[in-house]
This record gives sequence, structure tokens and C-alpha cells, in this order.
Amino acid sequence: MVTKKLTHEIVKPLTRRSWLAGIAGLALGVAGFSAARADDDTIKVGVLHSLSGTMAISETTLKDTVLFMIDQQNKKGGVLGKKLEAVVVDPASNWPLFAEKARELITKDKVAVVFGCWTSVSRKSVLPVFKELNNILFYPVQYEGEESERNVFYTGAAPNQQAIPAVDYLMKEEKVKRWVLAGTDYVYPRTTNKILEAYLKSKGVKDEDIMINYTPFGHSDWQTIVADIKKFGSAGKKTAVVSTINGDANVPFYKELGNQGIKATDIPVVAFSVGEEELAGIDTKPLVGHLAAWNYFESIKTPANEQFIKEWQAYTKNPKRTTNDPMEATYIGFNMWVKAVEKAKSTDPDKVIDALPGTKTPNLTGGVAEVLPNHHITKPVYIGEIKGNGQFDVVWKTPGLVAGDAWSKELPDSKDLIGDWVGKKCGNYNTKTNKCLGQGS
Amino acid sequence: MLTKVLRNVRALPFALLIILATVLPVLAGPFEDAIGKFTTDDFSDTEEAINAIATSGNPLAFTVISALQDGRLMFDADAKKVYVTQPDGKSIDAETGAPVASVPDSASAVRLNNRLRRSVEAAMSGLTLSSPDAGKRIEAAQSIFKTHDEAMLLAIEGALAKETNKDAKQAFTAARGAILLFKDDATEAQKLDAIAAIRDRGDQEALAMLSDVPADQPPAVTHAVASAIAAIQSRLAIWSAVQNAWYGLSLGSVLLLAAIGLAITFGVMGVINMAHGEMVMIGAYVTFVVQQVIRNSFPGLFDYALVIAVPSAFIVAGAIGILIERTIIRFLYGRPLETLLATWGLSLVLQQAVRSLFGPTNQEVANPSWMSGAFQLGQITITYNRLWILCFTLAVFVILLAMLRYTALGLEMRAVTQNRRMAASMGIATSRVDALTFGLGSGIAGIAGVALSQIDNVSPNLGQSYIIDSFMVVVFGGVGNLWGTLVGAFTLGIANKFLEPVAGAVLGKIAILVLIILFIQKRPRGLFALKGRAVEA
Repeated sequence: MVTKKLTHEIVKPLTRRSWLAGIAGLALGVAGFSAARADDDTIKVGVLHSLSGTMAISETTLKDTVLFMIDQQNKKGGVLGKKLEAVVVDPASNWPLFAEKARELITKDKVAVVFGCWTSVSRKSVLPVFKELNNILFYPVQYEGEESERNVFYTGAAPNQQAIPAVDYLMKEEKVKRWVLAGTDYVYPRTTNKILEAYLKSKGVKDEDIMINYTPFGHSDWQTIVADIKKFGSAGKKTAVVSTINGDANVPFYKELGNQGIKATDIPVVAFSVGEEELAGIDTKPLVGHLAAWNYFESIKTPANEQFIKEWQAYTKNPKRTTNDPMEATYIGFNMWVKAVEKAKSTDPDKVIDALPGTKTPNLTGGVAEVLPNHHITKPVYIGEIKGNGQFDVVWKTPGLVAGDAWSKELPDSKDLIGDWVGKKCGNYNTKTNKCLGQGS
Repeated sequence: MLTKVLRNVRALPFALLIILATVLPVLAGPFEDAIGKFTTDDFSDTEEAINAIATSGNPLAFTVISALQDGRLMFDADAKKVYVTQPDGKSIDAETGAPVASVPDSASAVRLNNRLRRSVEAAMSGLTLSSPDAGKRIEAAQSIFKTHDEAMLLAIEGALAKETNKDAKQAFTAARGAILLFKDDATEAQKLDAIAAIRDRGDQEALAMLSDVPADQPPAVTHAVASAIAAIQSRLAIWSAVQNAWYGLSLGSVLLLAAIGLAITFGVMGVINMAHGEMVMIGAYVTFVVQQVIRNSFPGLFDYALVIAVPSAFIVAGAIGILIERTIIRFLYGRPLETLLATWGLSLVLQQAVRSLFGPTNQEVANPSWMSGAFQLGQITITYNRLWILCFTLAVFVILLAMLRYTALGLEMRAVTQNRRMAASMGIATSRVDALTFGLGSGIAGIAGVALSQIDNVSPNLGQSYIIDSFMVVVFGGVGNLWGTLVGAFTLGIANKFLEPVAGAVLGKIAILVLIILFIQKRPRGLFALKGRAVEA
């Protein structure tokens, strides 16, 4: 591991220098590489989303979104006078396959950028490939944070852009005193719950007022857990459930909540992974009033959003097709990449990576997304209540945009760390010791 | 303290209203002003409006508040008008009650958030305390029990004196008890009565309320509270065991339903059928299609969609099963490893086919009205969908058993699986029986899909989550024995549900797997092993 990292450290500056050399026509190998790219009259864009297997339910939409964005961009004349061409691969919800497919996209198809991944496992599995081959990944899903990589741009929410504001809302508006943290048993819920637990304790919530519960992927028998939540919630203090339950397990969970008669007015559930797409499979009438925290809702009325929905439904030829938060994150990521390429006047990953921080592009909810030095972006946070028609009604939003923290301020291990790829050129710079810890760079 | 005072101030007029509503003439003014506030689309204005309307004494108050609760209260921001869409589809002007021809298109429903929904519920409890419907009165009493608002005492006592329904009377008594228990100037005797009334309720909420009683009480009261808490706790402990047993039965029924088709294809025929889960998935999709067709063409029959889906799913999944047997499996009899690989590949093909056909997202299969909701049995909540699935599973089991025992096809099936060559020499068309047996197993998996669509996702991955559990049940129960499958499913279900509260869902599942591995070491042929020469064949 160490040697790999060391060689990588050496290789990276070399590639950058040799690229310059390539322009000068000196380093033949690299020059040949970039020349091959320049000869093509299209720019290739990689799409790395599962189209089969467990995650197909969520990721297929994002594949369509990238294709839609490329289609729109090409109608506007492409980028740098060239048409964009999508290269779609199917990693089939198989984490090692993500790495293989990423390698294939970069080395064989010579893509300039990749949009992809959903689960944190898949992102972690492609990271070494992107570092080794020096390409760019735009990651469009809310995640657990604790990461800042040179080659990755995180356009989804970090925990301080979703989880923490949601808990604040429940504390202030719903006066919640007792907390159930329920999640699927994998890295995102576990890290998020660790951050939330630390945050709640810092706000004076006692141990006995926090119940943490994990369930396997695809859990379908929720009777016991829902009964436990009911019991936990009838101890006289206002209780809420913070749900990081992911994917398929949500439908039976919400069905059981509805059937056992847990109403949002008694025990509200705020979810971080349930959006318009997930609700499409449920009768939402018993769920009215339960909450979700996102940075985008389809129901937000702005001209940009209305136009986006209209064009999206026209593109997919489905007047009922919903939009969701990771789609907006993909939209933002794509536009940012286009802007950065135009600024750098090149699709070379090094130049684009340097051009991206500081790039601003409008989001769909009337604000501006800006790439920060830690490769996260600024986002507004919305709390929506589920309506009877499967959409969300925004009941609260942060007053301004929230800057994404790569490293959580709530966890003792990471509170001194920052990611800064502009000044410090480091993904995990310790502001106390003024040292770059070296990992993840 | 402040909030308590505020709550009293807000609720006091409800109480007065109930007593005086019939006496006082309706005053114009506050009600109309309040209605106007709905047009601003601002949560705090809406809250003011709710409180003002609830205390206005206007005869339309109940109509407006209940319309608000159901999302039938429409406002037109430009015209400053508010309308109520009645459940029968007609509309009235919320201010005057005059009928209007139609609500303008620009109008939209008044929005609520959870805080407002609670205000609405509080307002409704005041307005429905003397409702002619006993269920509504009990609901009102329950919500007063929760808030134990002193201002409601008079109203509760008034209602209690008039009450004739036994359940409602009990609910009112408990609500009155809750108020008296927290009332500072209540006498000791009153408090002791109150504790007895709350103790009679005996549920979680009663327990929570008693644990909340402030410590500065006379010794007799403190003592009564402590003994009531102990009594409720010991009762709840028993109920929680009953609840676990019920959940176990319910999980067991789902396991049985998923496994029962496999008990035929794997248990009776010996085919390691990895595509079994996909048959379940196909059954669920058939349910979805049937429901769509009925929703679009015969909306009146919607509640019976599931009943129609059962035979449809059986036929579709059974036909696919026969097709699979004829085209793939019949060439692989006696080669378990190849069968395993072929059916595994087949399961992927079927999944992807459904994904291409219906899309990767979940499809919504609605619960018919007779399968939604729950009822209370003592201190446990029994949901109707789980109860129906349990009954349905047992019915399927009995029918299948009877079929194997009493029909000619059943006899042939048993004969072929016990001794193929002997059966063939007796004139049984063994290859036809093979196809029909596999079709039967697949068809039953399809039926399982109909039931599972009610509690799980209808997505292409539906089957995957059941295949391991199904094999577990069949192997544990004893291959080739339907009764073993039944006992195996319920044993695993109940064991799982008693482990889950202790160990958590993830560890509970692991523990079950470990137990099965140990059990199989001891009894390799499962709970009910087949004996005799048939086993060796």
C-alpha cells in the first residue's frame, strides 16, 4: 500500500510536467496520447452507473440524466466546438466490477470525465483507478463525508448539508427530545449515525434518549422494529426517527409504519435516502407528514426547475417521470465540468481539476453552486413533508447556502482536518499540526 | 410552565364552546376573519385561523377543520376565497356555507405541517367530544388523555355524565384521570381514583404518564403510582411475549409461502431451482398488471384485484415453469451442479427481462381496503395484511396437501418422485408428470408473489431476497416433506422474532444461520427426514 502511494506521489507531478512537455512535442508517449484525443472530433464522457442488479433501481435514472444533459449540450453546440459522446458501461451493482469498468472507460475509451457511482462502496472501489490513471469522477449522491480526493468532485450532500440541518429542524420546530437512528448496515448509515450521535450528545441529549438500530440490506420484516420504535416513542418525550435506511428496504418499512398507525404527528420520520423515485412504489396517503431532507425537491417552484422537468419529461417521453436530488447533483456536476473545460480550454484532467474550484453554476432551486477547494459544493438544504401524491412539500429551508464539509466537525478524529486542493494541495490537512496526513491525496 | 399556561388559554374556549355552543347565538366576525387567514399560505397564519375557528362556535367550524385535516380545504390567493370540497364532490364557500358550482382552477389545498396537524387534531378533539359516532368520541378522549389539559376537565365530565357507550365511558374516565393526576389542587382521593383509572388502561401510554408524575406527592399517591407502574409493566411483559409470538407466526407464514413452491421443485423433485425467487417475482408483477388493468377498466372491482390475481399468477408462473422444465431442466435431471448453474443463469435472465419490460423502479401495488390498517388485540397491534397472509398461507398449504394426497395427479407425482422406473412401468407418463410438478411448484411460487406484493417491493430484485430463506426452510424442515416445511418455517420465524429484540436484526439473522448449520450437523436430513427405500433412490 505504502509503495503504491509513494509511486503515485511521484507519478502525478511527472504526468503534469510531461503534459506540458507533450505540448512542446518532447515527451513522445504522452504526446501521442493527447494527440490521439485531439484528432477525434468528439469528447467522450464516461457513464458508470449500474443498469442491472440491486442498485439499478436508483442508478438507471442517473444514466438517463447524463445522456439527457449530453443531448442538451450537443444541441447547444457541444463543448470547445466538439460534440460530446457518451460511453455507457454497466457495472451491474458489483463493486469490484466498478473498478474494472472505470479502468476500461479511461484506458480503452479514453473518456475525458466520468459521471458515476451511487453507493460509497462503489466510490471507494474506483478511487485507486481514478488516482492511478488521473481522471475525473463526478459523484452525485449524498454520502457520509470523511473524504476529499483530488480526482473526485462531490456534488451530493456531505453530512453537514443534509443530516445536521435535518436534526436541527426536528429539535427546533418539532421539539424532539428522543431519537431513533435507524439505518441499513453499511458504511454510509454507520458513519452518518456516528456523526449524528456525537452532534446530539453535544446538544445535551442523553444516552438513554438515543436508540440506534441497524438492519440488513433489503430487510422486509419490520414488525419488531416498528413496534420497538412505537414503544420507545411512548415514553412521554417527543420522539423522531432519523432514517438512513437505504434502497428497497424503505417500502416495507413505510408500509409497516402506515399499517401500525404511526402518524407523523406522533413520531415523525425524517429520511435521507427517500426521494420522489422511492415513493413511486408506495401509497403515500398514510405517510403524509413524514419528512425527507434533501438539497432539491421536484416540487420546488423556480423557472429553472420547471424548465428542467419539462425538458426531462420530453426527453424521456414520459410525462409522469419524476426528478430527484441526485439528478440535480448530476445536472450541477455536468454543468460545472462544461464550465471548467471552457475555462481551461482543454479537457485534460489536470487542467480541468485546477479550473474547477471556484466555478459557479446555477442550481435548479434558484441558488448558485460553487465548487469549494475541498471539491465539495455549496447547496441549500430543504426539509420536505411527504404529500398524498408522492411529492414533497417544502416546509423549511436553510436561510442561505451551506458549504459542504469534507471532514465532519462533530467527530473527534476529523474535526481538525480540512480538504484544500487549491492552497495546500491536500485532501486531509490538519489545521492543528499544519501537516498533510498524506492519505487520500 | 409557560407552555402549559398557553395551552390552557388556547384550550379553555373549547371547553366553554362545548357547553355553550347550543345556547349562544353565532357571532359573526372572528370566524370570517379566520377563514381569510387561510389565503396567505403561511403556516403561522393558518395556525391562528385553526385556533380561532375552533373557538368561534360557528356551525361550519367542524366542516372547515375536518376538511383541512383531509386536505379538502381549498384557497384562492388572488380572490381571497376559501372553499370546502365535500367528500361527495360538491363544493361550498367556507365562509358562508353556500354551495358553489365549482372551485376555480387557481385554488389549491391549504398546506399543513406536523405542528399544524397537531393543532388540527386538538381542535378536532374539542369539536368531536359530543359527536354521535362513538369511535370519534373515543378518539377525542384519547387525544385529551395525551395532552391531559386541565381546561378540558369540565367538558370531559359533562361528556362522561351523558355517555352510555361502555368503551367511550372508559376512555373518558381515563382522560379525566389523566387530567386530575396532573392537577395541582386535586384531592388525594381524586388522585388515587385517577391512578386506578389509568392503571386500567394498562398500555405504554399509561405507563409513560405514570412515570411522568412529579415526585412531590403525598406518600399514598406515590405508593399507588409505584404499584400501578409495576402492575402495568408485568402485564406489558406478557403482552410483549405474545407480540413476539405473533410476529414470529407472521414471519413464519411469509417464509412458508415463499418456500412452499420450492418444497415441491426442490423438496419433491430434487431440482436445485435458483430461479424459484424469480417465479415469486413474476407472481408479484402479475398482481401489478392485474391491478393496473382493473384500476383502468373496472375501478369498481379494485378491492377484488388480488382475488383475481391469485389464479392469474398461478397460471402465468406455472406456464413459465413448465416452459423452463421442458426447455432446460429436463435435460439436466441427476446433474445437480449443472441444474444449479443453469437455473441461476435463468434467474438473471428473468430479472433483466422484467427490468427491461417494466423498468428498474418499484411498481406500486396498492393494498385493498380490507388489507390496510390494523386492529388492537389487548396491547398488541395486528395488521390486517399480515393476518390475511397468514390465513392465505395456511389455505394454500392445505389445498396443496390435499392435492398431493387425493388427486390422480398428486398420486402420480408421488409415484414418480419415489421411484421413477417403477412408475414408468406402471404406465405413468413420467416426463409429463415432471413438467406438471415443476409447473405446480412454480405456480405456487407465483401465488406467493401475489401475497408478498402486499408487504414488499415489487421490483425485479424481489425474488433474490427470498431464495436463501426458502432453501433454509426446506433444508431445515427436511427435504421432500411438506409438513417439515411448515414446521420449519414457523420455527425459524418464531426463533428469529424472539432473537431480534435481544440481538438486533443483523445479529439475529446470523444467529439463526449458525443454529441451522449446527442443526444440520446433528440431523443432516432436517427435522422430518424421509425414511425408507425412496430416500436412497
